[in-house]
Amino acid sequence: MTHILLGIAIILTGGMVALMLGRIPRLASIVAPASVLLGSIASAPPITRTLIDRSSPILTANWPLPLGRFSVGLDPLSAFFLIPILILAPLAALYGASYLNREHDRHRIGAHWLFFNLLVVGMHLLLIARDGIVFLIAWELMAVSSFFLVVFDDRKSDVRDAGWTYLVASHIGAAPLLLFFAFLGSRAGSFDFTGMATVTAALPSGSPIPSLLFIAALIGFGTKAGIIPLHVWLPEAHPAAPSHISAIMSGVMIKTGIYGLIRALMLLDSPSAAVAWTLIGLGIASGIAGVVLALAQHDIKRLLAYHSVENIGIILLGLGVGFLGLSRGNTVLAIAGLSGGLLHVLNHALFKSLLFFGAGAVAQATGLRAMNRLGGLLRRMPWTGFSFIAGAAAISALPPFNGFVSEFLIFFGTAAGSLRGSPSELTLGIAVLGGLGLIGGLAAACFTKCAGLVFLGEPRSSEARHARETSLLMRLPMLILAILCLAIGLGAPFAFRLVSPAVESLTGLNETALAATIEGLPAILGRISGISLALIALAVLLWSLRRRLPARHLESASPTWDCGYAAPTPRMQYTASSFATPLTLLFRSFLGTHIQGKPVEGDFPADASFASHTPDFGRRWIFEPLFRGIDRVLAPIRLLQHGRIHLYILYIAITLVGLLIWKVGMMP
Amino acid sequence: MTPSTMWIGPLCGLLFAPLLPGVINRVKAFFAGRRGQPILQAYHDLFKLVRKGVVYSETSGGVFRFAPYLTLSAVILALFLMPMSGMRAPLSFQGDFLLMVYLLGIARFAMVLAALDTGSSFEGMGASREVQFSALAEPCLLVGLLFLSAHSGRVGLSDILGRITAGSWQDMPAMLALLGSAWFILLLAENARIPVDDPNTHLELTMIHEVMILDTSGPDFGAMLYAAALKLWIFGALLLNLILPLGPPSPWVQIPFFVIGMLSIAVTVGVVESIMARLRLLMVPKLLIGATALVTTALIMKMAVR
Repeated sequence: MTHILLGIAIILTGGMVALMLGRIPRLASIVAPASVLLGSIASAPPITRTLIDRSSPILTANWPLPLGRFSVGLDPLSAFFLIPILILAPLAALYGASYLNREHDRHRIGAHWLFFNLLVVGMHLLLIARDGIVFLIAWELMAVSSFFLVVFDDRKSDVRDAGWTYLVASHIGAAPLLLFFAFLGSRAGSFDFTGMATVTAALPSGSPIPSLLFIAALIGFGTKAGIIPLHVWLPEAHPAAPSHISAIMSGVMIKTGIYGLIRALMLLDSPSAAVAWTLIGLGIASGIAGVVLALAQHDIKRLLAYHSVENIGIILLGLGVGFLGLSRGNTVLAIAGLSGGLLHVLNHALFKSLLFFGAGAVAQATGLRAMNRLGGLLRRMPWTGFSFIAGAAAISALPPFNGFVSEFLIFFGTAAGSLRGSPSELTLGIAVLGGLGLIGGLAAACFTKCAGLVFLGEPRSSEARHARETSLLMRLPMLILAILCLAIGLGAPFAFRLVSPAVESLTGLNETALAATIEGLPAILGRISGISLALIALAVLLWSLRRRLPARHLESASPTWDCGYAAPTPRMQYTASSFATPLTLLFRSFLGTHIQGKPVEGDFPADASFASHTPDFGRRWIFEPLFRGIDRVLAPIRLLQHGRIHLYILYIAITLVGLLIWKVGMMP
Repeated sequence: MTPSTMWIGPLCGLLFAPLLPGVINRVKAFFAGRRGQPILQAYHDLFKLVRKGVVYSETSGGVFRFAPYLTLSAVILALFLMPMSGMRAPLSFQGDFLLMVYLLGIARFAMVLAALDTGSSFEGMGASREVQFSALAEPCLLVGLLFLSAHSGRVGLSDILGRITAGSWQDMPAMLALLGSAWFILLLAENARIPVDDPNTHLELTMIHEVMILDTSGPDFGAMLYAAALKLWIFGALLLNLILPLGPPSPWVQIPFFVIGMLSIAVTVGVVESIMARLRLLMVPKLLIGATALVTTALIMKMAVR
């Protein structure tokens, strides 16, 4: 435990020092990333130990606060969620050091690193918290520091707006959590997790309280995770934030919502089938809605943000399947579902950060995020391009990359756990195989669009034509992540071993419990890795055979076949919008895309234009009406606020007199 | 069954797959009153293409050059997961059907990226349609496999398809017929046949598969053609395992039956292509969603009769 606290201390100190070195941004950008790297290395040993021997150390100390105690600990679940933080925080810091090193940001860099390190500290602390108060402090630390990171470029009004949306959303999310912990803590008499865990068991059966607590946790943690329809802050905050911040927020921070949800379910009674079905339903809804909204986007970072909603959906689906198995005593469902869901947490962290790094490299090289103006970047930025394509294949769940492994576990668990063919099992099967199959197909559509239109073809603007490959410091994290994505795909049994301690601690089931029903999951995953390896080998073999054919000497180049049209221009290429149109048309009643412009008219059309915009349905149909309603109800109170100071002083005086009278009246 | 005979099925596929387009073309020629190409035309084409030179678009890069071989490799591995003529597939394992579906996904991903690498509007259009239709086809295939998996109580493709016998057809003819018809639609859609796509014209703005490989030439084009033939063989084998359950008497009897069965599927495809017009593109999603609905209906019936 002390190792992790030492790691936290190093990162915290690094952040403070970076703030003080704010006048020398170059130095601040070395100190802070170095401290993050050092802190992560310091935290690694106890986490590794917990994953190996499943030990759960705990450390408790008193503190001067009136509530709770400083209680931190480690268990397999915390250790597993710490893995992506240990990997990604240093990589994002490394990338950020190069990404930010521009002249016009220099005066903000010190503060930026302080908040970056505070965010990392907050996430560490959150995952090891064993006391409700520590947990909430860490939660708030994380929310506030990430707000300041999002509004880094605060001279732009859209960045400020996005920051506000994020701040409001995270506090709407924090309110139910406050209720959740306050209720459990007051019933248990202490904010310690072990004490809180006993509360619901003591309630009479049929009490609605556990369900209400579950809903509070779902709203609170779901807002952070980005579950539909609470996802509204994601598509605003991610494009506005610097790319390494988007990467760490999307890759790691939103997973703390998932962690919190699991932790909360563990504090409540063991999850019922109704809870599991809720998670499955929300998972499929988030998955499909996320990917469909992503398809309709033109901004590459906004598209990636919606894909986080999709992937959170897949994670929830896996957890739902697992909890359903747990509530029914179906071992295969429980183990494969939870392993798949949890492994997807790690996998998504890897490939989504990779994709955000790639998008950031593109944005830095061209100054553009609009896919319709990019193109042909693979030639100009080969490292970024090939890493991005690897990430795109991984997020589309294609072998030999990691995304397939976790989605396979969810699919496989569902299929293998539904073999008795009861109606509820088959319903689950239709939902998961049909739903996840559709999500997978749509994700492949979305990422062929994103990778293909940005990196392949001809550049659609002069900015894209003059793009240059990014610095080594930015290429290195992308390369490492691409290799990790491939490594998990090719070493799937090992990845399963990584997640199984956490699954065991959640289910109390050992992987060997499966042996009776199906051959071991590691063996199956081994076959997948083997065939993935065979795929690479076969492709390379065929390619080298092809190099020996006569075609080697008979190669020639010519323009792309254009059906005889004489003067093709890059602008005539298919664009991201046109690529996605068939699918967005299919879902148009859900998307509500606005189309504006002047259609082409007459034989010799002079000017024509076309613009489409897809608003976020959660924001448009749920939050805007909600806030308008609140505004209307509270508007009369504005009478009190008119800016005249002497009246405000009068209010203070009236309040004080009122309090005095009340206090005197209360006296015996 | 000895392990070595397991390899016969996929090897038959590698060998005989180019026959299928030949048979389809002959049937279409017969309906049109022409003599048509020789049945072995696809083999001639492949041999010719392997010896030819190659023209690359100036726009395209490494993705375009490597993609045909990745596509072909993925399809070949998928073929080795598909049981044929009542024999287990050589690479079979539990849950292999998911890997097969996603291997076909890699093949498509590579092909679509190669199409986009040329920067051509035609190819972009084809790619866009390909990803749309395949996304809608995926649930149909997976839910159908779930149905058979629940029927057989197994999760391996070889076990799932091996458990279908003549007896299964007597027990649940309606459900299997629903599944069979849905998968026939899937076969047509996934392999770019009429009524979803017209393999004869590749410069019309309505086309999908052919237009995606418009700029591919020489051995690369050969690899794409061969991959397409193998993919047709895979979907044909999936359907044939369902509608013509060959018990396990002896591989040497089953294989001729199996190849004849595959050729009859090709004949059926040829007949469909001859007597039907291509659907409007806007209708294709309805067709695919309809096929998924058929499969789901079969599954709901299964819940009811249980």
